[in-house]
Amino acid sequence: MVEVTLWGSLSAVAGGKARHEIEAKDIRELFRKLAEQYPGIEPWIDRGIAVAIDGTIYRDTWSKELPPGAEIFLLPRLAGG
Amino acid sequence: MNFDPRFSGRQFASVGTRPIRPDGVDKVTGRARYGADFNMAGQLVGRVLRSPHAHAVIKKIDTSKAEKLAGVKAVITAKDLPDLTDGDAAMYDILDNCMARKKALYDGHAVAAVAAIDARIAREALKLIEVEYEVLPHVTDVDEAAHHHAPLINDQIFTEGLEEKPAKPSNVTKRTQFGHGDVHAGFAKADFIVERSFKTEQTHQGYIEPHACVASVNPDGTADLWVCTQGHFVYRQHCAQLLGLEASKLRVTSSEIGGGFGGKTHVWAEPVALALSRKAGRPVKLVMTRDEVFRASGPTSATSIDVKIGASKDGTITAAEATLRYSCGPYAGSWAEIGAMTAFACYKLENVKTVGYEVLVNRPKTAAYRAPSAPMAAFAVESAVDELAHELGMDAVDFRIKNAAQEGTRASYGPVYGPIGIGPTLEAVKHHPHMKAPLKANQGRGMACGFWFNFGGQTCTDLNIGMDGSVSLAVGTVDVGGSRASLSLVAAEELGIDYSHVKAIVADTSSLGYNDMTDGSRGTFSSSMATISAARNAIKILKDRAAQMWDIPVDDVVWEKGHAIAKGEKYGNLSPLSLKDIAAKSGTTGGPIAGHSELVADGAGVSFATHICDIEVDPETGATRVIRYTVVQDAGKAVHPTYVEGQYQGGAAQGIGWALNEEYIYGKDGRLQNAGFLDYRIPVCSDLPMIDTQILEIPNPNHPYGVRGVGETSIVPPLAAIANAVSNAVGVRMTHIPMSPPRILAALDAEREG
Repeated sequence: MVEVTLWGSLSAVAGGKARHEIEAKDIRELFRKLAEQYPGIEPWIDRGIAVAIDGTIYRDTWSKELPPGAEIFLLPRLAGG
Repeated sequence: MNFDPRFSGRQFASVGTRPIRPDGVDKVTGRARYGADFNMAGQLVGRVLRSPHAHAVIKKIDTSKAEKLAGVKAVITAKDLPDLTDGDAAMYDILDNCMARKKALYDGHAVAAVAAIDARIAREALKLIEVEYEVLPHVTDVDEAAHHHAPLINDQIFTEGLEEKPAKPSNVTKRTQFGHGDVHAGFAKADFIVERSFKTEQTHQGYIEPHACVASVNPDGTADLWVCTQGHFVYRQHCAQLLGLEASKLRVTSSEIGGGFGGKTHVWAEPVALALSRKAGRPVKLVMTRDEVFRASGPTSATSIDVKIGASKDGTITAAEATLRYSCGPYAGSWAEIGAMTAFACYKLENVKTVGYEVLVNRPKTAAYRAPSAPMAAFAVESAVDELAHELGMDAVDFRIKNAAQEGTRASYGPVYGPIGIGPTLEAVKHHPHMKAPLKANQGRGMACGFWFNFGGQTCTDLNIGMDGSVSLAVGTVDVGGSRASLSLVAAEELGIDYSHVKAIVADTSSLGYNDMTDGSRGTFSSSMATISAARNAIKILKDRAAQMWDIPVDDVVWEKGHAIAKGEKYGNLSPLSLKDIAAKSGTTGGPIAGHSELVADGAGVSFATHICDIEVDPETGATRVIRYTVVQDAGKAVHPTYVEGQYQGGAAQGIGWALNEEYIYGKDGRLQNAGFLDYRIPVCSDLPMIDTQILEIPNPNHPYGVRGVGETSIVPPLAAIANAVSNAVGVRMTHIPMSPPRILAALDAEREG
């Protein structure tokens, strides 16, 4: 079980809650379970969500494991120059 | 990922040295080939007809007269680029931006294009195209556009991110919010509060090379595109989707690039050139003029930002809040969102809240510009931080050091930081001789901090070892800032050979697996990770070949300093085999020796910088002169320090132009008034002092060498550092960028008039 924090706009489509307890071993499973629970999140996942695990931001490595007790924060996937 | 990306703390032989740049001679002698330097037999000249109106319905386009003109081989409109985006809203916007479909949404929006046998005929043909417009009311100012009475740019857009879905459409496409704690409680604890509003005007990336390409579509559905871009694989994806081509049949080759800075991260003219070529049956070269570059490509957001920061008497910030409105051009974007995330990222804050509003205006589609959106937010926040330090009676650097984020701090955008460099950059600035240098009359000193995320992404690299032992390295990230030299150093480091034996090229899209574009300061970070991985894969093969040559088990072979060594006393008589020795025998030990790598380079470390600036202001004219400028920035590990310094200096130079002169000026008719370098003034060498740099190296734990991206952060602090310097010089807080002479004089006059 990991605790996941969603940024403001995303929490609006996740029942208005910023913090969620989810049983997920990696980013892929986290996204799948969030989408199952809150279908409104799916378009956001398609558009791109970055996952900060203990402060390190992962954008594409969906196989990245979510260590128990890690701080997990979902962020918008951003553009760079 | 097939290798361990964690920082290892190794000693370096090649990395950190400063060899002469491999592309330098070609560039200074004119041999280097940029976008417009490529030609194909029988190629036509492409030209684009653009809307003179800021906002207008396209009622009818009659191309018949142009088509009949001798020498014209193709004329296209939006009908020749049918919508194949299949519900992908972002791609639809790119398509509509390449060629207006129903409405012209800004002055310069493409409405038709021609391909002719020469430029004169192409220009003449444009004059023969008859477009019937219904001119609509327009809005170009970000604050006016956000008002509910403003002309509506897209009646299908309802503001996202509000608690309740709005009943009416709006130019405000999205609201986003970040932060933690309770800002009301935080402000209640404050002894001092600074609250101000700031504006920044729209600027262009100002790349010297205009957008340019040569497109050739063949009857069998294959196509070639030679183009100046930051990401040829991304351009291939975009063009293939928009033209209905199979990606594998569209070969895209990137030219040398005369600057991009985010402005060449998505397609503009390329689908138009391909559509012209498809219709004409001949190659088409399309090169934008400077006027077109300004009117129809690039620019960053114009912004309007409100900031409120409170602190207790001991200098601790108790609360911070910002509302940020960013213009997006006529298409939805996420520019204010990035500003809202980066605004307070430098600080350790218990109570922080930022709200971003994305605003549509009748200006060109906003594009990324080097740490997009962060410089404007930093300008507003760092100006207020400076003012608050002054009110507290604290030194501006000490105040920032007291409140700086550190490892374990919850970032204002959400997560908790790992090891970061904001504290060390501030300490370096505090002790820098620049801070103690005397100032003369009418001179002021300012400093400011900046933050940028940095990204990684999909990356693919091939490393091939020739039979003579030389190494060719094929990478897929376009070299915008010296990555071919840096990546050659990395390959040399891993293989244990001299840099001079490695030659890096940027491979075309048919020769290498997919690569994300060079953005987000990712070029050297990502491709160095893939190069390390590819080199290590090659070393496995080299060891295997050495084992064959010695006829010993491969497990008994180690690789050290460019040589295979048989380990153990029983092999005492075996001399080490060099890479060159092994390569020479490759034909009989299993064939070519190569290392490949395909990976997602995630875990790019965030980056911080602190800048110092001295400015002299002429109080009679408002003219400014940059007297001295110093950049201090964390690079993680500087692979090629000269290039890193170049990135620091380049970012500072662009920031200086943005802070002091550059701005898009629109007339009441919604037309751009200064679409050229005479009237849109970027700094030239004579405007700038030597920009001093200091590289800090706080290793990124997620890269084998500790590398962080360095390309973008350097443009984040200058707007604020210069505004603080000007404000200190004239004694008036400057709140509007650029601080051009008329704007400084107006601020001085307003102060005198009370």
